[in-house]
Amino acid sequence: MSRPIRVTMTVNGRRRHVTVPAMKRLRDVLREDLKLSGSKEGCGEGECGACSVLIDGKSVNSCLVPAAQASGARIVTIEGLARGRRLSALQRAFIELGGAQCGICTPGMLITATELLQRAKGRVPGDQEVREALAGNLCRCTGYQKIVDAVRAAARTRVSAKRAKARPRAAAARTRVSAKRSARPKTRRP
Amino acid sequence: MSPRRAKVAVIHAPSSVGVSVHRVEGVDKVTGAARYLDDLVVPGVLHGRTVRSVVPRGRIRRVTLDPAFDWKGVVVADHRDIPGENVVALIANDQPLLAVDEVRHAEEPILLVAHENPERAEAARLAVKVEIEPLEAVLTVEDALARRALVHGDDNVFKEIVIARGDLERGFSDADLVIEGEYRSGHQEQLYIENNAMLAERTRDGGLFVRGSLQCPYYVHRALERMFALPAGKVRVLQTVTGGGFGGKEEYPSMIGGHAALLAWKSGRPVKIVYDRLEDIAATTKRHPAVSRLRAGVMRDGTLTALDFDLVMDGGAYETLTAVVLSRGAIHAAGPYRWPNVRIRARGVATNTPPNGAFRGFGAPQTQFALECHMDRIAAALGMDAVELRHRNAVRIGDVTPTGQVLKESVGARQVLERVAARSKWSAARREIERANAAAEVAERSARTVNGGRRLRRGLGVSLVYHGAGFTGSGEVRLASLAAMDLDRDGHPRVRVANTEIGQGTTTMFAQLAAEALRVPAEFVRIEDPDTGSVPDSGPTVASRTCMVVGGLVAECATAMRERLELFAERPIKGANDFAHVARRYLAARGALRIERRYRRPPGIEWDDASYRGDAYGVFSYASCAIEVEVDLDTCETRVVHVQTAQDIGKAIHPVLAAGQIEGGTLQGLGWALLEELRWKEGRVWNHQLTNYIIPTSADAPPIEVEIVEIPYSHGPHGAKGVGELPMDAPAPAVVAAIAHATGVAVSEIPVTPERLRRALREAGR
Amino acid sequence: MRAALSAIEVLRPRGLSHALELIASEPQPVPLAGGTDLFVALNAGAEPRTRFLDLSPLAALRGIRSSREGVTIGSLTTFREIREHAGLRHLPALVAAAAEVGGWQIQNRATLGGNIANASPAGDALPVLLAHEARVKIASVRGEREIAIDRLFTGYRQLAIERDELIVSIHVPWPTRGAVALFRKVGTRRAQSISKVVFCGVLHVAGRGMERVRLAYGSMAPVPVRARAAENALEGSALPAPQGAGSPGSPDVSESSAAAARRALSKDLAPIDDIRSDRDYRMDIAGRLIEQLLRVAAFSPRR
Repeated sequence: MSRPIRVTMTVNGRRRHVTVPAMKRLRDVLREDLKLSGSKEGCGEGECGACSVLIDGKSVNSCLVPAAQASGARIVTIEGLARGRRLSALQRAFIELGGAQCGICTPGMLITATELLQRAKGRVPGDQEVREALAGNLCRCTGYQKIVDAVRAAARTRVSAKRAKARPRAAAARTRVSAKRSARPKTRRP
Repeated sequence: MSPRRAKVAVIHAPSSVGVSVHRVEGVDKVTGAARYLDDLVVPGVLHGRTVRSVVPRGRIRRVTLDPAFDWKGVVVADHRDIPGENVVALIANDQPLLAVDEVRHAEEPILLVAHENPERAEAARLAVKVEIEPLEAVLTVEDALARRALVHGDDNVFKEIVIARGDLERGFSDADLVIEGEYRSGHQEQLYIENNAMLAERTRDGGLFVRGSLQCPYYVHRALERMFALPAGKVRVLQTVTGGGFGGKEEYPSMIGGHAALLAWKSGRPVKIVYDRLEDIAATTKRHPAVSRLRAGVMRDGTLTALDFDLVMDGGAYETLTAVVLSRGAIHAAGPYRWPNVRIRARGVATNTPPNGAFRGFGAPQTQFALECHMDRIAAALGMDAVELRHRNAVRIGDVTPTGQVLKESVGARQVLERVAARSKWSAARREIERANAAAEVAERSARTVNGGRRLRRGLGVSLVYHGAGFTGSGEVRLASLAAMDLDRDGHPRVRVANTEIGQGTTTMFAQLAAEALRVPAEFVRIEDPDTGSVPDSGPTVASRTCMVVGGLVAECATAMRERLELFAERPIKGANDFAHVARRYLAARGALRIERRYRRPPGIEWDDASYRGDAYGVFSYASCAIEVEVDLDTCETRVVHVQTAQDIGKAIHPVLAAGQIEGGTLQGLGWALLEELRWKEGRVWNHQLTNYIIPTSADAPPIEVEIVEIPYSHGPHGAKGVGELPMDAPAPAVVAAIAHATGVAVSEIPVTPERLRRALREAGR
Repeated sequence: MRAALSAIEVLRPRGLSHALELIASEPQPVPLAGGTDLFVALNAGAEPRTRFLDLSPLAALRGIRSSREGVTIGSLTTFREIREHAGLRHLPALVAAAAEVGGWQIQNRATLGGNIANASPAGDALPVLLAHEARVKIASVRGEREIAIDRLFTGYRQLAIERDELIVSIHVPWPTRGAVALFRKVGTRRAQSISKVVFCGVLHVAGRGMERVRLAYGSMAPVPVRARAAENALEGSALPAPQGAGSPGSPDVSESSAAAARRALSKDLAPIDDIRSDRDYRMDIAGRLIEQLLRVAAFSPRR
């Protein structure tokens, strides 16, 4: 056992002090010492992104960050995205457009998407741009389609929110439902 | 445990079914509040680790605990500690919980250790020395069939199935052309992002309470009864929030739950076993590899006359689910086509690899991949368009499947194909791609640089598949699923079923079906946790059965509940407040209200297990995909540009969730087709990390456009059929066809890795 | 996590000279930058060392500074910083490589110095540095020295760096006017992958001829390598003709020199069959990437 070190950091806007082994993973510090279990683990090697958190505004894999390097950092976890009970535009869009299925990748996905929207500075990122930005967050449920849709819808909300209060577009534009009983299909949108 | 409250906001009132209400547990999942197993903090918990075989086959000579290691606080358990039978009960009951004197596959569990400090538990695992005398191992289906060593019975065959209809000889003599082919697909890992995780505790009454990430609580329940010789009432199994399953958490949680329970039994402490990714990929189940040999007869006009299909699947070291996977694979082998004469012979063989198991599609993707590739080979031989050949032979109402099942209703084969052809502008798009490819070739020969010096070709392929919903044959009758509804104290209706939410939207769908029948908003309905202590056995969450079979039972329960309450109130009930008012009055006057419904076979459905004839499924769902790819001729990399798909699922109870199933299944199919491959080294999985078992990222995923076609099924709730597995069947053959369109070479083995495509192009002289 | 992290000691230096003292102390600590490679090894239980030197406090190792000759990049510069730095637009291959190192999370943490120190034959940035003839500045308590990047990689995961030395910065000279550069990573998928073949080629052009050619590969040998024999086969020969100038069917890509370069690769490269690809594929693709570079050059608007 090496001697634990004292680490001070700002987590979701609150100053926190922990005394932990220097190489303890930030993910484990958050989950075990700060009781923030929203950051998950799918691989432990920086491939799946389920443990993503923001450090000074940048998405990182918290399973690859030693506690020693989190000293003095400004950290945002999934628990810090909502303002009280008010969900962020991204969180609302994920619910409305089906961006979360099993939910295990969702915290990390929302963290990286938050960085993307902050970088986009009010611009709505393109489909391909979203796909490239989220490539460090693996999802096995959704095929990513509804995640991409939700991120872009949230960006549109943020853009239009400047003018008026708006909600992300409901309904999945890419899905058509055609009820068919006779040979000729009648199609309708949900 | 508190019931999962249906926090459902209705977008379009008044109807629930067919409307995309908010996912019940959506807020928990986007805020980090959802508690998965590893998130549970349990005082006094020990962390379990599993000591495994490092060889694929051998005799255990000695197990030693390193005397230099400090074993203080370490709990050790082996097969001698099992109070009941050393078996993971399933079907054949041939797989031990812990190896006794022989190991049949690498990573087979031999011994368990646990400690309250996970670092010490890991150190203890490494301090166990297992000496194994290696025996000759069988690692491939070829080795198994050649009886390189005998590892099961006298022929290494777990199960053989023959399905025959018509006169095969006559079919081939009627044919103008007879076309042969062999197609192969490999292991695929389910790769749920949440690794397997279970937690077990000994209860005060001498029983067991086991929680975990799982699909089928009653499977684990029954396995524990056997292992611990406990009566059903002394075992309780609860599903915690589960981060994906795809079949991978159908049968294997019984193994891990058994291990955790054994350590808890011995230590008297709660025990958590959370696999890391390396262990999860190396040790748990995979999709069955398959080798399919096909011979098909066809007339010049494209009419199919005969199909002779020989299928071999690799079951791995224990039989587990192989017989049923094989059965579904065999039944789907002829695809959604009219074959007047057909013979399907299917064998599941034993090898010394970890047992293969349930994975979305359950055998049907393997056989329909082969069949659909073969359809393209037939089309090419006839010089016929791939859509036209399929359309000409696609099943319609009244057609008969190889098991003799007459398709009586809800047959969407031609419709989904037509929709995909129309939406992809099939013929025009194919011509346009061919023009562009020819132009690129000319440009390259004149040293003109296009695409940043890359030599790219595009291609468009199509596929048509079907998938039977529910358990095969008499399976649903044997399951005899029981669903229940009751009223909670506040007068809310509460659904009690054992079916699990694993991301697909089960809870939301049940809330909708109950709400529709009760004429209340979906958020008013409560769903009890899948806890064997408080829900009846409504069967496993597998086989695309949850909505069609169990959802139907829930809808029946809800209808009966409404009728009962209206009879009591002597008036119709209007809305949620009125419902709660009447319900509370009922509870005060009459006491508890509980409604149960058990599965009954729909009329006219007959199946004979002995002859393998009859109605294999109540109904089939149908899907078609048109997939566009771009192939880099230099690196042989394939990029999927776009997917158009139409799927006949009877009725989308929740269109967004249903589309989510289709999109997710489609990408798993694309991963299987192009990227996902297990590499083996001396019988052990070599690529057991996410850096080297490659699944698609968002950058690999194409835009997927879904059209849901609704041709209702009279015995499904609101016409619903299965949707979970169907999307997995269609993508792979369409990708292979698209690559053939782009390059002129049809590969016959997936995944079509760049290395494999390059070899195929070279063999074809390109 | 299979390593016992609580047993690991992490040294925190106050500045560069303190760091150099610490790394010279016994037992010698392992330098820790972004951690994106080290934690992978720790997770798999494949990193037995238990003493680390955290470089993150060292401001002296950060920053990107341009000069007339080229650009000097501090070893702790992250790939995200490389992607975004306006001064690097004349090194598009380096920016392209930075954009293909892992996902955003990795790019936000992983450093150029770490990529070199990890010495993986598959390091994405390394062929770029080789093809651009970068020089690496190294410091120890004994002083500073500079080493050409192509003399740095001495064997599988081995560097010509003493154990008490730290990588301070990387200097990349600007390419000559009209030079053509191509970076291409052929990985296991389109993002977040490890390479099967990673390539960077730089053609320095004079008139219609290829005056100087630099070809470098990763994942093609035990170390990232320059393909000198292939370079020689191309140097001095004519560039392919621009659009329309060649007669159709017989491109002017001095086909013989391209073919000679491909043949020469067998002297330069020694790929293996491994978990990501096989030797045969890698050799073939390595040659085809030279052809792609020549096609890009043929159409380059700079001439």
